[in-house]
Amino acid sequence: MRSKDAVRVGSGAGTSDDRLIPALELAERGDIDYLVFECLAERTVSRENLSRSKNPDQGYSPSLHARLRMVLPTCIGKGIRIVSNMGAANPLGGARAARQEAADLGLGDIAVAVVLGDDVSSLVQHKGELRLIENGEPLESILPKMISANAYLGADVVCEALHTGAPIVLSGRVADPSLFLAPMMHEFGWAYDDLPKIAQGTAAGHLLECTASVTGGCFGWPGKKDVPDLARNGFPFADVKADGSIVIGKTPGSGGRLDVMTCTEQLIYEIHDPAAYITPDCVLDITGIALTQEAPDRVRVTHAKARHATPTYKVNVGYADGYIGEGEVSYGGIDAVARAKWAAEIVKERLKLQGFAYDDFRVDLIGMSSLHDQVAIRPEPYEVRLRMAGRTNDRKAAHAIGFEVRALHMHGPGGAGGACEPRVRDVLAVKSVLLPKSMVNAQVIVEGTP
Amino acid sequence: MSVRVYDLAHSRAGDKGNTSNISVICYDASHWEFLERELTAERVADAFRHLAKGPVRRYPLRNLKAFNFVIENALGGGVTVSLAQDIHGKSYSNVMLAIELPDPK
Repeated sequence: MRSKDAVRVGSGAGTSDDRLIPALELAERGDIDYLVFECLAERTVSRENLSRSKNPDQGYSPSLHARLRMVLPTCIGKGIRIVSNMGAANPLGGARAARQEAADLGLGDIAVAVVLGDDVSSLVQHKGELRLIENGEPLESILPKMISANAYLGADVVCEALHTGAPIVLSGRVADPSLFLAPMMHEFGWAYDDLPKIAQGTAAGHLLECTASVTGGCFGWPGKKDVPDLARNGFPFADVKADGSIVIGKTPGSGGRLDVMTCTEQLIYEIHDPAAYITPDCVLDITGIALTQEAPDRVRVTHAKARHATPTYKVNVGYADGYIGEGEVSYGGIDAVARAKWAAEIVKERLKLQGFAYDDFRVDLIGMSSLHDQVAIRPEPYEVRLRMAGRTNDRKAAHAIGFEVRALHMHGPGGAGGACEPRVRDVLAVKSVLLPKSMVNAQVIVEGTP
Repeated sequence: MSVRVYDLAHSRAGDKGNTSNISVICYDASHWEFLERELTAERVADAFRHLAKGPVRRYPLRNLKAFNFVIENALGGGVTVSLAQDIHGKSYSNVMLAIELPDPK
């Protein structure tokens, strides 16, 4: 099944909340050379920056401990190298934690290559004139509230980290497909000028970056798009050859399905212009890509194209933007919807009477219109859950929403049940700017001796 | 008589900032021309009018017997600030699948 001149790059996580077990199964049974954990959502780095400001040892992905504890014995034993952005806002701290996990597992002194330089917060402090991509306003408008600023680094610096020979590579912000492209560049000596190969590798990275999304996760539909044994769905890998040929497969014996349909959904996922998917490594064009079922659970990817990368890095700027407060309570039986609507009006009036105001406010009838709105044309369900949420800079106002919703038990229409505790969360908003690559100092430091 | 997008295609939604992208992928390549004719950006914008300000752009992907719809101003300001339950708009693919089109036969 697997030829010797291919390198096999496995996908072990597509978000920090991803399932753990399929990554271990992939390491144990997938015959992989690399295991990549992609664990950073848009605002994760901001959140971890706040953790680090409270405790300088923290700020890496908290899931690092559980993931590495689980897979390290297998990966070290089999010589599977780990690549991950679980370093988040503190890659050096993450490296120390990883080395400690290895030592605790009796695996000895494991070197970790650390990718640094994505944190550009001190650099952009002096670049208030940069324009926010989302609204064209100057960066200056959010600088006072800035928590973090991180450039999406590319595969080149991750590749450099792999050159050190360290069994583990940890980074902060790196573009998702780049984490997968880096092992290919390292193994085969691909340069950014080898555009057809960089294109193929980037397409493969994009297919792998959401793990089970190519193996039947986020896909199944009973009777229409059945997925066998979805409860045990496996994680995918790419078999890559030096010439850029790519076949996507998954853990042998695992559940789920991997075919042209699942791969097509993932290939288009989160792409805007399909002729210009911009990564730090290239501008990928998927408009000629062909996906072919080569064998059961094996899909070949051909004809990816790319143009040279842009001269800028995308930088995510995280900033504090007030609070979101919310509350929920349920109504059931006769006139459930009418009572829920009345309750919502009462809460709104009580909030207003107390002088609370909100930048944004929302009323959902869960079971009816919370996902797609249009309450007027939806059929009435037997029971409905009222949800009210608002965003504000005033923490008290945010808390009052859930407080007043809960108080409907005693002070609202009849038969309210099951209110939740008032919820308040900090809003970590994210906007982005483009920064010339020449201003960013991406570099590699090795902790321990490779 | 009419068909739903659901009858001819599958779909998945993704998010970037305040923009939703929704794929429409034919089960059978022979339906691609019909969808190219009927499932216009305008029709999709109309179906999402109550959820998204737009604009809506459509990218044909004949090689994948698919289309990519990019819908701007669709996610309550984006995943980090949205008050919605489904902050990513993952369920939006089901609004797409429910769109009714004239019967192709």
